[in-house]
Amino acid sequence: MSRQLKSLEEEGDKLARRPSRKQTSTAECPQDKHQAQSSQKEPTKCSSRPGSSRKRQMGHGSHHKGLQEQKTCKVERPSQRLKKDRRTSLKEQRTPPKKEKVVLRKETGKQARKPRSTSLASSVSTGESLSEEELAQILEQVEEKKKLITTMRSKPWPMAEKLRELREAQAFVEKYEGALGKGKGKHLYAYRMLMAKKWIKFKRDFDNFKTQCIPWEMKIKDIESHFGSSVASYFIFLRWMYGVNLVLFGLIFGLVIIPEVLMGMPYGSIPRKTVPRAEEEKAMDFSVLWDFEGYIKYSALFYGYYNNQRTIGWLRYRLPMAYFMVGVSVFGYSLMIVIRSMASNSQGSTGEGESDNFTFSFKMFTSWDYLIGNSETADNKYVSITTSFKESIVDEQESNKEENIHLTRFLRVLANFLILCCLCGSGYLIYFVVKRSQEFSKMQNVSWYERNEVEIVMSLLGMFCPPLFETIAALENYHPRTGLKWQLGRIFALFLGNLYTFLLALMDDVHLKLSNEEKIKNITHWTLFNYYNSSGGNESVPRPPPHPADVPRGSCWETAVGIEFMRLTVSDMLVTYLTILVGDFLRACFVRFMNHCWCWDLEAGFPSYAEFDISGNVLGLIFNQGMIWMGSFYAPGLVGINVLRLLTSMYFQCWAVMSSNVPHERVFKASRSNNFYMGLLLLVLFLSLLPVAYTVMSLPPSFDCGPFSGKNRMYDVLHETIENDFPKFLGKIFAFLANPGLIIPAILLMFLAIYYLNSVSKSLSRANAQLRKKIQALREVEKNHKSIKGRAIITNSEDTVKNSSKNATQLQLTKEEPTSYSPGQIQTLDKKVQGPGSSSTNGRTSQPTNPHLVGSQPPRVTPDSGQPQSQTYSGRSASGKSIKRPHN
Amino acid sequence: MGNKQTVFTHEQLEEYQDCTFFTRKEIMRLFYRYQDLAPQLVPLDYTTCPEVKVPYELISSMPELKDNPFRQRIAQVFSQDGDGHMTLENFLDMFSVMSEMAPRDLKAYYAFKIYDFNNDDYICAWDLEQTVTRLTRGELSAEEVTLVCEKVLDEADSDHDGRLSLEDFQNMILRAPDFLSTFHIRI
Repeated sequence: MSRQLKSLEEEGDKLARRPSRKQTSTAECPQDKHQAQSSQKEPTKCSSRPGSSRKRQMGHGSHHKGLQEQKTCKVERPSQRLKKDRRTSLKEQRTPPKKEKVVLRKETGKQARKPRSTSLASSVSTGESLSEEELAQILEQVEEKKKLITTMRSKPWPMAEKLRELREAQAFVEKYEGALGKGKGKHLYAYRMLMAKKWIKFKRDFDNFKTQCIPWEMKIKDIESHFGSSVASYFIFLRWMYGVNLVLFGLIFGLVIIPEVLMGMPYGSIPRKTVPRAEEEKAMDFSVLWDFEGYIKYSALFYGYYNNQRTIGWLRYRLPMAYFMVGVSVFGYSLMIVIRSMASNSQGSTGEGESDNFTFSFKMFTSWDYLIGNSETADNKYVSITTSFKESIVDEQESNKEENIHLTRFLRVLANFLILCCLCGSGYLIYFVVKRSQEFSKMQNVSWYERNEVEIVMSLLGMFCPPLFETIAALENYHPRTGLKWQLGRIFALFLGNLYTFLLALMDDVHLKLSNEEKIKNITHWTLFNYYNSSGGNESVPRPPPHPADVPRGSCWETAVGIEFMRLTVSDMLVTYLTILVGDFLRACFVRFMNHCWCWDLEAGFPSYAEFDISGNVLGLIFNQGMIWMGSFYAPGLVGINVLRLLTSMYFQCWAVMSSNVPHERVFKASRSNNFYMGLLLLVLFLSLLPVAYTVMSLPPSFDCGPFSGKNRMYDVLHETIENDFPKFLGKIFAFLANPGLIIPAILLMFLAIYYLNSVSKSLSRANAQLRKKIQALREVEKNHKSIKGRAIITNSEDTVKNSSKNATQLQLTKEEPTSYSPGQIQTLDKKVQGPGSSSTNGRTSQPTNPHLVGSQPPRVTPDSGQPQSQTYSGRSASGKSIKRPHN
Repeated sequence: MGNKQTVFTHEQLEEYQDCTFFTRKEIMRLFYRYQDLAPQLVPLDYTTCPEVKVPYELISSMPELKDNPFRQRIAQVFSQDGDGHMTLENFLDMFSVMSEMAPRDLKAYYAFKIYDFNNDDYICAWDLEQTVTRLTRGELSAEEVTLVCEKVLDEADSDHDGRLSLEDFQNMILRAPDFLSTFHIRI
């Protein structure tokens, strides 16, 4: 069958030989089948044989007649003929003449052959079953070819071969695709095929477009080749973070800020949107604006600006509701994206538990980072590989070399104690400073330093504590990798402690403001009351409302919190940039240019160039993101600032790294810590969710600012919307759902589900391990068996294969004309058996399982691919059977 | 794309995209990189598929390869005749396999060939020694090298025939956490 197709394919080239090959191929096909299938089907097939061959002979005759004109349309001919065969055979059972006309109309220019072949086909009663089968097989083959086309790129063949295969497969598909539709569905099928092709092309173009849209690809590649993958991983992380922040920014900007600016009440219309009289004259000063006071404080960047009007504008946009939902969805989206990327990261790494078994192998085969394209980095890499080899050797030779365990233990305890002291000290310092800043905020005329003390102290702590920790960690004498983990953990604890102390102090402040609120509320009411009452008894003309700037107002703790986060973010950014500028760039300049006139070698000696601090930078980024998450509810503009920050820091840090840093001396790989960073990010996200959730759920919002003013709690906006805007029964359902009697069982159920899934996954992984063991054992047994058996026949096997494949061809040759197999083909056949670029065929023949283990892409040479490659798969397997037979 | 298309025909580009993991733009970039290696050798018109080979010396001087201890092996494995001289198609092949998109199996297959120095389809002790000496620039003593090779064989050779077959190698590399991220050249 496949041979037939094959010959059909080659028809175009070998017009003269065609009839004879046809004959043999049709003759051979049932024979193969016959061996494989049950003997019952044999007679029908055999009976079909002469018919079809005759039919083809007729076709051949006609071909000779119209040879001249048909040469012009060589390529289409076979498929058309095939169609015709199928059609005619289908036709026979129904109303021949009518359909014949249709065919005639469709395939004009070939009428000469038509009547004859149809009459012939009608004489063959079993013609239909054959062509049906043919059809199914063609369909199968076309599918196979298509699959081949899509997987071509992952075949381990040289390009020339891939191209040849590709062209063949494409030609095949093109030829037979049209022949596959059934009856009337043919046009539809052809159309679908066309659409599918278009779709593939579109997808490819879209992918091309998409890869072009990924920003900074070249920059990162540049860095990667200079500094190895670990430094690049920071920039990839930064880019990822930028993407996440862009989405958050779009969410907040599009759903909260723009509607408010466009449709909300304009600036100056109500007290919360106006600068108070007392601040008015300084409100535009740069120093005031720099502290996010003045006009910026009363802008859409902060919570306080938003009005508690239920709907705004002609769209009746429910802004308070939108504000709340966006706040929730910022966290929802972030959680989702972090968890998803964690999952996809962990999917890439398989079987992490087993890495202990292959220490040396992994060092040997995967330690070289092929990305390195810089000789300095390469030198460092050589050194680090050598040391790691030596380390493993030493570890191997004496795995328990604990010489003075007491001293090490003492030192470690001491170091941890010192670091704990540092952490507590820094926490207290921040608490103290925040408290002091509250004092300052009550005073007038405070200096710049006093105003910004908190931010400065926090940044300084972040700058100086990590090196201090590193110095202390030198006491501990850990393995560098463990040491790095500890270091990261400690810096994380420091940042977290600082952030939370800051939050606690801020919370104190908030509570203080809340307690004052009642008083201010009364004052406001009283002022307004007096204002309206003192109108002089003129009741008919109501006095215009007071100017919004004159109305006394509360402190609006939400905006205060937002401003704190805003300041913290900006100062953090500035400190980072300054550190890079001074610590990296100026240092590099100094080292570079002063080296000529200095008494020691600056480049090799003390200051030298800075290394890029990956862990510090990543942690800084993570904490910055934590602050954004915390602050974005109270300062919607914060995400915008952060997007700017990430954008500038991308360019700035790229430049700084390339201009003034040197590659790491201890080049470590990035992939392992990737999920570690993501885990930290998730933790920070969770921790930053807590304070926001606390304030939303348990603190009353300010009475005169923000979208939730006047409500008891912020989430009341949900109740309000459900009650007013949804139908009654929905409200009832929600009330029912919010019932603790339902929530507690739901939580319990969730716990149970987690427990169940966890145990299932554990048992699955156990089963997995057991299966793996079993497979290993099986393989070993098989190998041993084979190595005994295989070596005995190792010398003969090559000949056997050759002979058998020749037998297979001879089987065909007997029914073929001698010319049907060109010598070239036989040559290729032999080549295939020998294998490309390798001398040992015995390896392959003695281990037939070998190629299958390549996974989804079996190598080109398989023991049963004794046929020329141009054949289709089923052809290969059919002939493969005949080759294998001598073995079995 | 107008003037870029003159290097390849549209069909050629499509075919290359089918056979590699690259997009059109990347293929063009790779071509220009290739052309830059030997501007006087490589024509700017590839529509007629000229048989041009860039010698190994030029290939190995690429910044992506010049610091790689296995550059010679890489060039040999991907070149047509195993001599390291590469045609454009070999060149595309090489970077396609080394690209980020290439699946683990494909990479493992070629990694095996790269580490199989004597082309006997097995990584034997001699191959391992070569690998170690290249990785460490001969900094390890002879005993250490032998020890390392013994350990590797001990770990990865599942059928105890004293050498690593492709199967052993894939079995081992499948579990390597860093293989995909390190066996990878960006261009």
